[in-house]
This record gives sequence, C-alpha cells and structure tokens, in this order.
Amino acid sequence: MNRESNTYTIVYASVMVIIVAVALAFTHQVLKDRQIKNENIDKMQQILRSLRLDVPANAAEAKYNAVIKNAYLINPDGAVVEGSEGVSVNDPAFEADIAKDDSKGLPVFEAEIEGKTKIVIPMAGKGLWGAIWGYLAVDADGSSVYGADFSHAGETPGLGAEIVSSRFCNQFEGKHLFRDEQFTSVAVVKPGRSVSDRDYVDGISGGTITSKGVDNMLLESVGKYKVFFRELYSAQ
Amino acid sequence: MALSNKTKAVLWGPLNKNNPVIVQVLGICSALAVTSKLEPAVVMAVSVTIVVAFANVIISLLRKTIPNRIRIIVQLVVAAALVTLVSEVLKAFAYDVNKQLSVFVGLIVTNCILMGRLEAFALGNGPLPSFLDGIGNGLGYGWILVVVGFFRELLGSGSLFGHRVIPQLIYDAGYKDNGLMMLAPMAILIVACIIWVHRSRNKELQEETN
Repeated sequence: MNRESNTYTIVYASVMVIIVAVALAFTHQVLKDRQIKNENIDKMQQILRSLRLDVPANAAEAKYNAVIKNAYLINPDGAVVEGSEGVSVNDPAFEADIAKDDSKGLPVFEAEIEGKTKIVIPMAGKGLWGAIWGYLAVDADGSSVYGADFSHAGETPGLGAEIVSSRFCNQFEGKHLFRDEQFTSVAVVKPGRSVSDRDYVDGISGGTITSKGVDNMLLESVGKYKVFFRELYSAQ
Repeated sequence: MALSNKTKAVLWGPLNKNNPVIVQVLGICSALAVTSKLEPAVVMAVSVTIVVAFANVIISLLRKTIPNRIRIIVQLVVAAALVTLVSEVLKAFAYDVNKQLSVFVGLIVTNCILMGRLEAFALGNGPLPSFLDGIGNGLGYGWILVVVGFFRELLGSGSLFGHRVIPQLIYDAGYKDNGLMMLAPMAILIVACIIWVHRSRNKELQEETN
C-alpha cells in the first residue's frame, strides 16, 4: 500500500475523522446526564452563595430545596408570567438563561432565610475576556442587598477573576438599590474613589475592565427588574 | 522495571538540560498566561503532562500508517480529540477542576510543546519511549510553571494556593503586594532569571559569543 497516494491520504483522513467524531459523540452522550446534573448543582451553589450560604456540592441540592420556596418568571412590568411557577430544575425559572434570551420573562427566586423572605435574581454581563454573571439577593423591601455572588467564564486570574472572591462579594451586603425613591443600583468604583449619588463598593485593583463590567451588569441586568423592585419598595 | 540509560535520558532530559521551556523556549505563551496563581499553574502542568504522554503514545502507535503530507493534521486531530475527551470527563466527574481549567483547555491544544514532541519524537519512536518522553516533557514544562507561579502569587498577592502566607504584621509595617507581578511581563522576567541561573550552572548550554 502506497502511503503517499492521494487515495490513501483521503481515505485515512476520512476514517480518522469519523472515528474521532463517533468517539467524542459517544463520550458526550454517555456523560451528558452527569454533566447537566453538575451544572444544575453549580447553579444552585451560586444561588445559595448569594444568600450567604456556602454549601459543598453534595449538600447543595437538599439545601436548595429547603431554602427556595418559590420561583417564577416576571415580565418587564413586574407581573408574574402565568404558569411559570415552580422550583424544580425543569421549571422555567431555573431553566431560563437570561444571557441568551429573556423574552419569555425574567426569573425570580424567593427564598426564606430565618423566617424572612429574600428575592434572588440572576445577572448577566460582559467582562474583559468573556461572559460574567451572578446572583443578587435582595430583602423583601426590594432595595437592601442581602448578598451577591459573581462568576466569570475566563477573566484574568489574580485580577478580574477576583470578582468571585468573598472579599469582593461581601461588600454588597447592606447596600441599597434605591436612593431618594430613585432606582440607582449599586456602583463599582476604583478602590479609594467614591460616588455621591449611589451606594458603591470597591472594584478590583488591576481588574478595571472587569469591575466596569460588573458595574454595567448591576445597572442593566438588575435594571430590568426596576418595576418589580419598585413595587416591593413602595409597598413598604 | 530497570530502565536503560537511553530511556532514562528520554525521561529526565527534559527536566534539566533539554527543558522545553528554559532551553528550547517553547510553550512560553501558556507559561505566561496561567502562572499568576499557583493553583491553575499546577492544574495546567498536570493536564499538559497527561495529554502529551497519551498523544505521544497514540501517534507513536499510528506512526507507520500516517501519510506524510497530512501528518500535522493527524497530530492536531489526535491532540484536540484527547483534550476534548479530558474536558468531557472532567465536566462529569470533577466539575470544579474543569471550571478552573476552562480557558486553559484550549491552550493545551495550541501548546507548542505538544506538537513539538509529536513531530520530533513520537513519529520516530516506539510507544513506551514516547510515553516516557511525554511524561518527561510535561513535567519539565510543569516545574517551570510551578516555580513561576510560586513567585508570582507570593509576591503579587502575598498568598499561596489562595491562602495568605505573608503575615499582617509585615503589611502593617508598610509592605505592599507588588501588582506588577500579576502582569505577564513579570512572568517573562522570572523565566529569564531561571534561564540565567540554569545556564550559569550548565556551561555547555552557553552560546558562543564573538
């Protein structure tokens, strides 16, 4: 068999590609269920972390089911979308990915911590290299932040990636989304700077663009819930 | 298992006098990208070692059948398939590790060391030496990464593996973390320092100067 003939080369390449494709597709099919389960648990852990509950992966599902009392989608006017209620992983609120599509509605998770209701909403935005996202837990007054959790796809380790650190996330506790009846959200500023018209937290030194991304995300992603939070805020 | 001298050279050479990073100056881009913290540096070192070793074995087994004209493509497909496989398995069984690796998985495929070993060694040697060559080169690359990551995290963030090691006392006395350590240029300087020390201890590696 002549190794350098065109026929051999073409047949070799085709067979190789088919074998690799079948092997990868097979692996993916076999492992898909476990992978989806891991992703769901990871999402639960993120939601729980925004509620100041840091639980290991194997306890996340039980804790999530105990804490989250209700979940639903809302439309931009703040009204609950009909038939969207349900806390399980296959219900619309948990399945929704606001980074891709929020036309069906915006997910809201209601949690109960020590007898008090907390509202958890997802956020999605852009960092320096790719997507950033997170969860924001707000008290029943629709304004006081109870906790926050951030994740990223690939920010620079040691710089932008520090937005996941508890040192950064914990700063959000007790900040307010409303000031003087206006929705202002929470600003992320350069460490040492301050802004006078909104509540703010310190950004990451050296991670300026990622910090700006978080700032934008807090304004835009949380801003979509403006009407919903205002109703809670005015009801006080 | 007793190893012959030649096999030993294949395994240990890349750790010292034939090091891919500090002698052949390969794989520098990923060495800069992943070393601002120690943990990703270690994870990257382990993943590259595994992928290079197994890609070497597969290419070595196929070496008599690969058409010469498309050998680079064959190597790429094998490397990419292995990396994807590793990533799929990690996603299912070690989700946290995979999250850390996410960006770096792509970097393994483009790692010049991987292609370099497949082309230079696996195409001309049997599976066992190829396997050892892969392990040796992976470790040779890995220990540089770990050393660079150690200094960058220690001096840049005052921590190791995310744990604070420089006591508060020293910060109170006016010490500050060096933010410059976090940036890629400092990784080049540290690699350069390692090369400097290494060359001055191995005189035969020094180039002739006119």
